[in-house]
Amino acid sequence: MNEDEMMEEGGTIKKFLYVNRRAPYGSVYALESLEVVLIGAAFEQDVSMAFVDDGVYQLKKGQDTKDVDMKNFSPTYRALEMYDVEKLYVDKASMDARGLTEEDFVVPVEVLSTEQLAELMEDQEVILSF
Amino acid sequence: MLHTVNKSPFEKNSLDTCMRLAKAGSAILLIEDGVYAAIKGTEVEAKMKAAAGDKKLYVLGPDIKARGLDEGQVIDGITVVDYGGFVDLAAENDKVQAWL
Repeated sequence: MNEDEMMEEGGTIKKFLYVNRRAPYGSVYALESLEVVLIGAAFEQDVSMAFVDDGVYQLKKGQDTKDVDMKNFSPTYRALEMYDVEKLYVDKASMDARGLTEEDFVVPVEVLSTEQLAELMEDQEVILSF
Repeated sequence: MLHTVNKSPFEKNSLDTCMRLAKAGSAILLIEDGVYAAIKGTEVEAKMKAAAGDKKLYVLGPDIKARGLDEGQVIDGITVVDYGGFVDLAAENDKVQAWL
């Protein structure tokens, strides 16, 4: 393991994938996922996020939560870049099934086929599901 | 890798998405309400039999029993494991993906 792979304290950097499968406001999963992603990033881990099933709705542009009295956390996805969280993947089948396209999302994402997403998961060291 | 599914296939799409994204050769363990997918004579039986062709399917026995079902009702090709077997699967595989 070279120096780049070691943190100052000697801890190992692992590949973490956060799999998001729920819509944003009906449950607390999406918001909690973001919290944990930021913790992973704070510990300088190699973080990726995947959006599958209703999880793709988390990235939908134009969220306005004023009238439901909940925090609109969708701008956070745009801030992830500042925490070096830049690998955002969307499952094409889930996106297509919901009539969405890449242009509907608040951030640039990489759209993956079923095979590519399966490969991405295989490539991880830790997978956390939300 | 090991995939676990803990939701009924009649309530959520967790099992469908797991099946779609699990690679050939991976292990899938049905636990909690996920065990309903392992029982013969349901709408999902054909899907489970097809999946058994290229994936290793397991179901947690105590969760079957807890739901008034019997291990004899488990679809051929799905292996019943106990808690020790669950631990073995978690230890044998490099990582676990929980489909909630």
